[in-house]
Amino acid sequence: MEPMTGTAFVVATTLKILVFFVLLLVFVALSTYFERKIAGFIQDRSGPNRVGPLGLLQVAADGLKFILKEEVEPGGANKKFFFLAPVLGLVPATVLFAVMPFASPVPTRWGMMEMIVADVPVGFLYVLAIASLGVYGIVMAGWASNSKYSFLGGLRGSAQMVSYEVALAMSLVPVLMLVGNVQMPEIVSAQQNFAAGPAEYGAWFFLPLMLTAFVFVVSGLAETGRVPFDLAEAEGELVGGFHTEYSSMKFGMFFLGEYAHLITTAALITVFFLGGWDIPFWQGDNIRILADGTVIGEPTWWKTLLTFGAFGVKTLLLVLFFMWLRWTIPRFRYDQLMDLGWKVFIPIMMAYIMVMGLAMYLLDEAGVPVGLQYSGALIVLNLIMMGILIWVVDRGTIVKGATSNTRRRAGGIRGRITPTTPSEVD
Amino acid sequence: MPGSVKMVVRPESSASYVRAITKGLGITLKHMLEPNKATQQYPDEKWELSPRLRGTHRMATHEDGRAKCVGCGLCPTVCPVNCIKLIPAEDENGERYAAVYEIDEFRCIFCGFCQEVCPVEAIHLGVHYENAEYSRERWVYDLERLTELDHPFTALWDPFDPASE
Repeated sequence: MEPMTGTAFVVATTLKILVFFVLLLVFVALSTYFERKIAGFIQDRSGPNRVGPLGLLQVAADGLKFILKEEVEPGGANKKFFFLAPVLGLVPATVLFAVMPFASPVPTRWGMMEMIVADVPVGFLYVLAIASLGVYGIVMAGWASNSKYSFLGGLRGSAQMVSYEVALAMSLVPVLMLVGNVQMPEIVSAQQNFAAGPAEYGAWFFLPLMLTAFVFVVSGLAETGRVPFDLAEAEGELVGGFHTEYSSMKFGMFFLGEYAHLITTAALITVFFLGGWDIPFWQGDNIRILADGTVIGEPTWWKTLLTFGAFGVKTLLLVLFFMWLRWTIPRFRYDQLMDLGWKVFIPIMMAYIMVMGLAMYLLDEAGVPVGLQYSGALIVLNLIMMGILIWVVDRGTIVKGATSNTRRRAGGIRGRITPTTPSEVD
Repeated sequence: MPGSVKMVVRPESSASYVRAITKGLGITLKHMLEPNKATQQYPDEKWELSPRLRGTHRMATHEDGRAKCVGCGLCPTVCPVNCIKLIPAEDENGERYAAVYEIDEFRCIFCGFCQEVCPVEAIHLGVHYENAEYSRERWVYDLERLTELDHPFTALWDPFDPASE
């Protein structure tokens, strides 16, 4: 079947934009509810349960509260940027969904409809480009508020996001090396199990690229600025960080932006490492549209619904995982955050790219065909490297107590603060 | 060793991000799946209160609805925060009664001295604590309001049976 053209294409794209945008916003609203429920459950509370059945209308009540609240504008604020910042915080997270493949293509009367809003040939680069725009909202909010706390929050946020941007981009290089393409649907189909094809690994990339998936998840979390990495907000130190001075719906926009960002990150992880809309252990959903329009597999509308469900479930589970993580671990210290980004993730990813490149070269040289065997070899290699990371690298070297730098200084430069052992104090 | 800063040196050789976080995730998961929540659904569920809880005052009445108060003036005297206003009067039969009896519950510290000192067991503290109001004036309870309240009286401590609760 031919791909859609002309008016049908325009109408279909508009419909897709509307449907996905509304779905995303609903999902964002629901995730604020889930967050509060999970927070409650983890702390042995019951979470919101008074507004509506199971407290589901809490979301609507919150929205109403945001809209009805008084808007306060700090004196000396740069009005233009103060207004622009919350929008810039929300927009990149939602715009990222344009290149997200949601489901398998649907055959319609007017041609094959791909379930992706914009199948741009450089989808991958688009993701990297737009993801880094998120920092502007934070920097602008921090600067335009004319407040010291906001300013510090903005500075922290920009430094953090710029650092983790590097690790994030580098952790996607191995994915590119395996797929050999920057189109997002190709990344999904490369993780499926086709009988024949140029680059099908038959395994979701979180297995053959375990380490890079780990780094991507962590730096993605740092990019969203959520709790282990919420240095930009840091309510204990900076009042509210970059959004200290924001109130009413402008704060609500930041709030929604944070959750939209979270969902986007989860969806990106799904696409890059969890097989996108692929349903595991089922070969019926191996549908792929080649560049010349040839369709491999048998697309039907119910398969589209099923795969869309798979995509939603994976994303939702990741979002829930991030919330679970948020209510488990405390915030990093700023030097730990920077150390983790620059001294750990970036060198590790550099070494990893080289190791993976070498492994793939050797596998190709040995004549191993791309497929399960090939992925199996990579999985074993990755398991070994994960073992090294967790049991050797992450043993007293990554995490450092607050005293470690002091002790290093104590003998040399300063020599004044001498750390004492607890027994000496008593 | 005065002036020294206490710094706890952690065993860094075994410290770890990944393993420690995994362990923490396990703990929070256990709590997440815990069915018995600590939350009490307050307006729907309430604590069972001790019979000796000293809460909102109540005036005891005779069968005919008259307050038992004889206006002796002991309670405003003993009150440590001076929150009781009492103006006694005498009726045609020569019986004394309280013409004005007001308790400022805002000022009251719920020490219970008024109840202990009352010779006719008229003024009591009660097992009751939900007395939110929209204005401060409403917190001054007059005699009519004190007699109309119907929560249980606070049980006094019995020195001959100190452990009986």
